[in-house]
Amino acid sequence: MRIAVFATCLVGTVMPRAATATVRLLERLGHTVDLPAGQACCGQMHVNTGYGPEAMGVIRNHVRTFAPVLDGRWDAIVAPSGSCVASTRHQQADVARRGGDGRLAHTAEQVAAHTYELSELLVDVLGVTDVGAWFPHTVTYHPTCHSLRLLRVGDRPVRLLGAVEGLELRDLGEAEQCCGFGGTFALKNAETSAAMVADKADEIQATGAEVVTAGDWSCLLNIAGALDRRRSGVRAAHLAEILASTRDEPWQGAAL
Amino acid sequence: MTGPTVREEMLARVRTALGPQPPAPAGVPRDYRRTGTLPRGSAEALDLLADRLEDYRATVVRSTDDVAAAVAALLADVDSVLVPDGVPEDWLTGLTGTVRDAPPLSHDQLDNVAAVLTTCRVAIAETGTVVLDGGPGQGRRALTLVPDRHVVVVLADQVVHAVPDAVAVLAAHPHRPLTWISGPSATSDIELVRVEGVHGPRDLRVVIVAAPTGGGTLTASRT
Amino acid sequence: MSTFLGMPTVRPHPADPPGAPLRWGPSFPEAAHQTLRDEQLRANLRTATRTIRDKRRRVTAELGDWEQLRDAGAAIKADVMARLPELLTELEANVTAHGGVVHWARDAAEANAVVTEIVRAAGAREVVKVKSMATQEIGLNDALAAAGIDAVETDLAERIVQLAGDMPSHILVPAIHRNRAEIQEIFTHRMGDAPAGLSDEPRELAMAARAHLRARFLRAEVAISGANMAIAETGTVAVVESEGNGRMCLTLPRVLVTVMGIEKVLPTFTDLEVFLQLLPRSSTGERMNPYTSMWTGVTPGDGPSEFHLVLLDNGRTRALADELGRPALHCIRCSACLNVCPVYEHTGGHAYGSVYPGPIGAILTPQLLGLGEEGGPFGAHDPTGSLPFASTLCGACYEACPVKIDIPSALVHLRERSLHPDGGHPPTATDLAMVGAARVLASGRLLRLAGWAAALVGRATGGRPIHWLPWPGSLWTRVRDVPGLPRRSLSAWWRDRQGWSR
Repeated sequence: MRIAVFATCLVGTVMPRAATATVRLLERLGHTVDLPAGQACCGQMHVNTGYGPEAMGVIRNHVRTFAPVLDGRWDAIVAPSGSCVASTRHQQADVARRGGDGRLAHTAEQVAAHTYELSELLVDVLGVTDVGAWFPHTVTYHPTCHSLRLLRVGDRPVRLLGAVEGLELRDLGEAEQCCGFGGTFALKNAETSAAMVADKADEIQATGAEVVTAGDWSCLLNIAGALDRRRSGVRAAHLAEILASTRDEPWQGAAL
Repeated sequence: MTGPTVREEMLARVRTALGPQPPAPAGVPRDYRRTGTLPRGSAEALDLLADRLEDYRATVVRSTDDVAAAVAALLADVDSVLVPDGVPEDWLTGLTGTVRDAPPLSHDQLDNVAAVLTTCRVAIAETGTVVLDGGPGQGRRALTLVPDRHVVVVLADQVVHAVPDAVAVLAAHPHRPLTWISGPSATSDIELVRVEGVHGPRDLRVVIVAAPTGGGTLTASRT
Repeated sequence: MSTFLGMPTVRPHPADPPGAPLRWGPSFPEAAHQTLRDEQLRANLRTATRTIRDKRRRVTAELGDWEQLRDAGAAIKADVMARLPELLTELEANVTAHGGVVHWARDAAEANAVVTEIVRAAGAREVVKVKSMATQEIGLNDALAAAGIDAVETDLAERIVQLAGDMPSHILVPAIHRNRAEIQEIFTHRMGDAPAGLSDEPRELAMAARAHLRARFLRAEVAISGANMAIAETGTVAVVESEGNGRMCLTLPRVLVTVMGIEKVLPTFTDLEVFLQLLPRSSTGERMNPYTSMWTGVTPGDGPSEFHLVLLDNGRTRALADELGRPALHCIRCSACLNVCPVYEHTGGHAYGSVYPGPIGAILTPQLLGLGEEGGPFGAHDPTGSLPFASTLCGACYEACPVKIDIPSALVHLRERSLHPDGGHPPTATDLAMVGAARVLASGRLLRLAGWAAALVGRATGGRPIHWLPWPGSLWTRVRDVPGLPRRSLSAWWRDRQGWSR
């Protein structure tokens, strides 16, 4: 399959390891991967912060960059982020329509129909749960809110993790509670966010896992930031990083 | 009383808010269970009702034919039992100290009555609910509210499975005052600790009569 | 609020007397700054919300047709909004036909005046009240007090709140912020007739409330209630409760006044079969609440001989006018969204500064107050304007809502309203920053530059976590590190690997 990777703005700038892991994983599985140069952002941060009208240009750029999927340039688009995929599926067209651009809305919907979150792509489209990964660590999984409730990825990530050689999965208490990130919420309501992520970090530490994983670096940034500040010793890895890890090319954390 | 201007202005505001082309009335999908699966009055329905009432910590007594004995046992320790009009006389044979609401009792008089014995209109097994609609044997609402013990007799064919079954029964007389009772009064307002028995009767006792015998009297309360 | 000077042991929550019941106090972040410090409150809320959450989950899972019931509930509510004028007049006609009197009130002041006049005409100096959000919203108790009428709340939690001089902090359990020891204290000092040696056992406290209120029920001439629903087709009004205080108020007094928001009307009697399943299971997590009372006008020889129904607007038509905000009016006040909300669980209800706290409050309060309207409140730092931002958009509320109100989408819409008020406003620093960010995020080239800059910092910091940033980054780094930045940008990595595709 020819697959275009939408790195997302956050991963593309500060956490490229999730994108590089996605590329390496998909290539290892025998697919042709592209990283379209025009890509930037889905518009979610602006829309969710109340700047929907200001997000029009962002959405237009995203749709233009990935529209070639409709002409068969790629078979699918994948993003290592549940919430960005959710934004393409549930927000872009609405915002475009309210901004008076019906054509953009229509194209956005079509592009979104070809866009998948990583675990969706692997399990539903590519039909694999065992991706041949090796990750000899204890791991706990945090189901991010948008993966859980907007995309309903369900147990796909857990099934993928369950098939990883050497990986021991530890159940996370109050797993479905939000970590308190919420995009600009973490800044606008910094103290509430801090209280929420403290609870999440407590639960993660209680599992005794070496690594916490999730399908979204935005939430992980919040969780890992709190765990690092506590000197907890728990490390954070995106689901893609775990699935990309093999005996030949083991996970190296922050190295790029 | 507010004048017609306030009324008219409010209605005008509502119409304006909905815009020149109000949204089309939405169709309502009713593909939830419209009728329960347990037959009315079935042994399973009665068992479920008993189980759910006990879950609320109501006292449940199962009876077959001797309603009078069951009622007498539940009221043996009280000296005054209020009996609304329409309760079958043959249920009362084991009672002493019955009180009638004629002429109507004052609130304070009601407060001095220890217990009340009534029939009901319908009971919902799934939710452990007994519904009164003021029909024969149920009395006005205050009678089943002020006394601290409420003994209610539920006949088998009054027991339906689910909430929609009961609403269908009650729809025959929707304008009657209705009281849905699911266990004794309760509160969870303090640290969400459930405490049974606050202002309403603290003691709810239900006699579930399995097989109606002498049909006429036992169905007398149904309208 | 009455005065309780000279009894310093019980301190009211919030400490400062609130202004308007629909919105008092500072912005959400400022109010949360206070409430987050209250460890006792945090502990009370944590236990309470988790308990009620688990109960709700159990009893909703028990019904195989729960999702179908939710769909029906949502559709009935949408239908009600679409046909509101005809349903209200139908309700009015049927209540009137059965001996009731219907009043219309455009705002709080009108509603309060109507109720005060009815109580005066009845010659009562004291009224008993059933817990009601609508009368909380309009500040009825204060209005009655100003007219020399003592309104006695009879719901246990509502009475606790009233005696303490608090504001409610939860829709269903308004005293959820108080634990048993505090309630013992409140009763001992404020009730006036608390038994000597009252302990802090919930049962003992509840029995003290029973004794305290019983005489008041028996002597009351006038009662005031809200309504959970009213059936247009029959004129039937319903009140759902647990303690029996509702039945006492609805049955014993001679005069009954019910204040109801116009959105509470339902088309048909049959609709009860949907809402009497959705409401108790979502609200208290019970299969059925202990008591539900329904009445139609007056019934000779049974209950009040005089019944007044006050139909209240008070901003509801504002919400109705906003197609995207309108679903907030579908709310049946079950409070399931509060119990599952991680923000509510941490901050408590008082941070929202409204009788409607939690996720539903964050979309309802601003709309009732005309957020973004010309001359209305707006802006992320305004008390009302800040409410839609008091959410991570985690979606737990939408999932729990029995009538499927898409609260996250409404929040996003209201954020936009808050930042783009009618008539415009001079741009804030945040506005300018977001406009600038939008330009970067709309360009692959500019974002690659940003990635390159991040990698520059990554190399300078050796890829180590960053512990401190200047404002506004300090809002992040006060409690978190920034995980180490990459030493190489994504675009550089990709270029070396195979060159950017065109």
